[in-house]
Amino acid sequence: MKKLLMATAATALLAGAAQASEVKIGIILGFTGPLESITPHMGAGAEMAMKEVTDSGMLLDGMTVTPVRADSTCIDAAAAVVAAERLVTADGVKGIMGADCSGVTGAILQNVAVPNGMVMISPSATSPGLSHANNEDNGLFFRTAPSDARQGVVMTEILLEEGITEVAVSYVNNDYGKGLADSFQAAFEAAGGKVTINAAHEDQKADYSAEVGALAAAGGQRLVVAGYVDGGGSGIVRAALDTGAFDSFHFPDGMVGAKLEENFGTEIDGSTGQFPGTDSPGAASFQDLVGDSFDATSAFAPESYDAAALIMLAMQAAGSVEPGDYAAKVMDVANAPGEQIFPGELAKALEILKNGGDIDYVGATAVELIGPGESAGNYRQITFEGGKITTVKFR
Amino acid sequence: MDLLNAVIALANFVIIPAIAYGSQLALGALGVTLIYGILRFSNFAHGDTMAFGAMITILITWWLQAAGVTLGPLPTALLALPFGILGCIALLVITDRAVYRFYRVQKAKPVILVIVSMGVMFIMNGIVRFVIGPDDQRFADGERFIISAGTFREMTGLAEPLAIRTSQGITLVTAIIVVVVLFWFLNRTRTGKSMRAYSDNEDLALLSGINPERVVLYTWMIVAALATIAGVLYGLDKSFKPFTYFQLLLPIFAAAIVGGLGNPVGAIAGGFVIAFSEVTITYAWKKVLTYALPESMAPEGLVQLLSTDYKFAVSFVILLIVLLFKPTGLFKGKAV
Repeated sequence: MKKLLMATAATALLAGAAQASEVKIGIILGFTGPLESITPHMGAGAEMAMKEVTDSGMLLDGMTVTPVRADSTCIDAAAAVVAAERLVTADGVKGIMGADCSGVTGAILQNVAVPNGMVMISPSATSPGLSHANNEDNGLFFRTAPSDARQGVVMTEILLEEGITEVAVSYVNNDYGKGLADSFQAAFEAAGGKVTINAAHEDQKADYSAEVGALAAAGGQRLVVAGYVDGGGSGIVRAALDTGAFDSFHFPDGMVGAKLEENFGTEIDGSTGQFPGTDSPGAASFQDLVGDSFDATSAFAPESYDAAALIMLAMQAAGSVEPGDYAAKVMDVANAPGEQIFPGELAKALEILKNGGDIDYVGATAVELIGPGESAGNYRQITFEGGKITTVKFR
Repeated sequence: MDLLNAVIALANFVIIPAIAYGSQLALGALGVTLIYGILRFSNFAHGDTMAFGAMITILITWWLQAAGVTLGPLPTALLALPFGILGCIALLVITDRAVYRFYRVQKAKPVILVIVSMGVMFIMNGIVRFVIGPDDQRFADGERFIISAGTFREMTGLAEPLAIRTSQGITLVTAIIVVVVLFWFLNRTRTGKSMRAYSDNEDLALLSGINPERVVLYTWMIVAALATIAGVLYGLDKSFKPFTYFQLLLPIFAAAIVGGLGNPVGAIAGGFVIAFSEVTITYAWKKVLTYALPESMAPEGLVQLLSTDYKFAVSFVILLIVLLFKPTGLFKGKAV
């Protein structure tokens, strides 16, 4: 009996000790809802970074990191806010990796993160509306995904380099399509180009001849299709080709996919496009690191790893797990100067920081935080040759 | 030359698509109007009947394609069409025996039959989704174009292209054949005459020895054929997706009502009125006007009355106007 008591007491002490050196980080993603097929890989990516740090035993003298998952639902802002509130108040997390969709991310930031002074790093919210130029977020919000405003600028550069100065734009009628089309129009017109028409199309319709009729009437050297390759975007391209309205196109990220080659083949030769991608060695080493444990190429899984890594590296740099202390360090660890850090090298990074050195976190997605703390964004510029998607370069 | 370009641009983006769409609507509206004239209720299940007929045709088409049977330049679906019609007839006759006959015997009011048809609509909707799924299905094959945009440009040297898709040509030809056969049937044959008699005055028709069950049976068979043909043509020309067939219900009813419910000529006219209004009102006229007008008067804006998002609203508005000012429709159908 005495032994048992002793053992219990010892365990309790040990547990207590462990408790003292444990830090919790929330992972809030839409584990149910329209992104439920990719969020498990995103969550796994973030948890892999936390496990790597815990295993290294380097974070603030051997602290362990425990992930706490919560469901953002992607679309239900009220439910997402409740889930995030629970993370902060009940679970006592010291940072939030998330959320995923732009709408719920904004809601959590406004209602939970800012009032509680909690740091949030989103791996996938791309709405330009989340760029807080005037510090509305108190410097608490970052993202490892680029804003679609950035994609608009990249598109503008590609088109102008091709000598295209007049385009028609057709976008899918939702936040993604409208945000991208508007930011592209702003960038393109600022650079001296002309958008002849910026019209919406509804996704998943049977017939787009009326939409294409309007686009053709407005004219332009090229048609920009900010839609989905599995939905109305392909319908627009089909109708435009059939009526001879346009014969070359420009495709942003939602349109670039194997389905595009399959649907149109050589008919769209000479068309251009871009989607997030990097030739940084980090992408390859991330895939090696993941192995078979989850799908490393799933959308935003590498961004999730990077988001979680940034939180922990900032904690180390600040020497504190309190969001108020380490928020200011996120930009420092993400950007130059300092030693470049790739996936799987978190232990090395923690060591350098511990010794007072500088790091430049590159990670799986070549992270470079600009402006109010969002990824500069790396894009793969593509063109169609012989019916195949061909990479031109990275920008 | 400029005027020619204007005409070609108009033909390419307005006239040809509207004629094809109008033919499809007209065939759909004929089915609705026949049921209204003879069975005396608005059949809300018509859109899903079209989807069912098209679905059977698609399944047979896939089977034929797998077996290596094709029609050369024409779509294989035309070969599968008779089987689709048979399948659709079977469905409608079974539905009539199982559901509608019960209410007919009770002499139920038309409004009850309308609600019943809604129930039937949901069930058919479910069957189609259960069998073929809610997604887009492609079944068109053969030559895609009669004249493609590129060929036309080379041939004529005009700036504006003109494209006529095979499916658009087939739609028009089939629609003309079907309408001619239907009118011949209704006006010249004994069964057709008895159907019209039954439609004009049920009691008198019964007194003169017309068998009502036979008339009903023939009506369903003709409606099944019309619905399947309309559904397949729409699917060939655009794409097959169960939900879009359900959405077609609005323009089809608008066409039937605008033309005059119960009047077959009206259904055809209504189909074209709706199709042309939808397309012309949402068309951006800038290009055509730039060609047609002297340079000084060329428009700067798009000259578009309504954004294309409001396409369906156009059928609504036409429906409202007709119901307010001419409830019997353009061709004196029955008052709704």
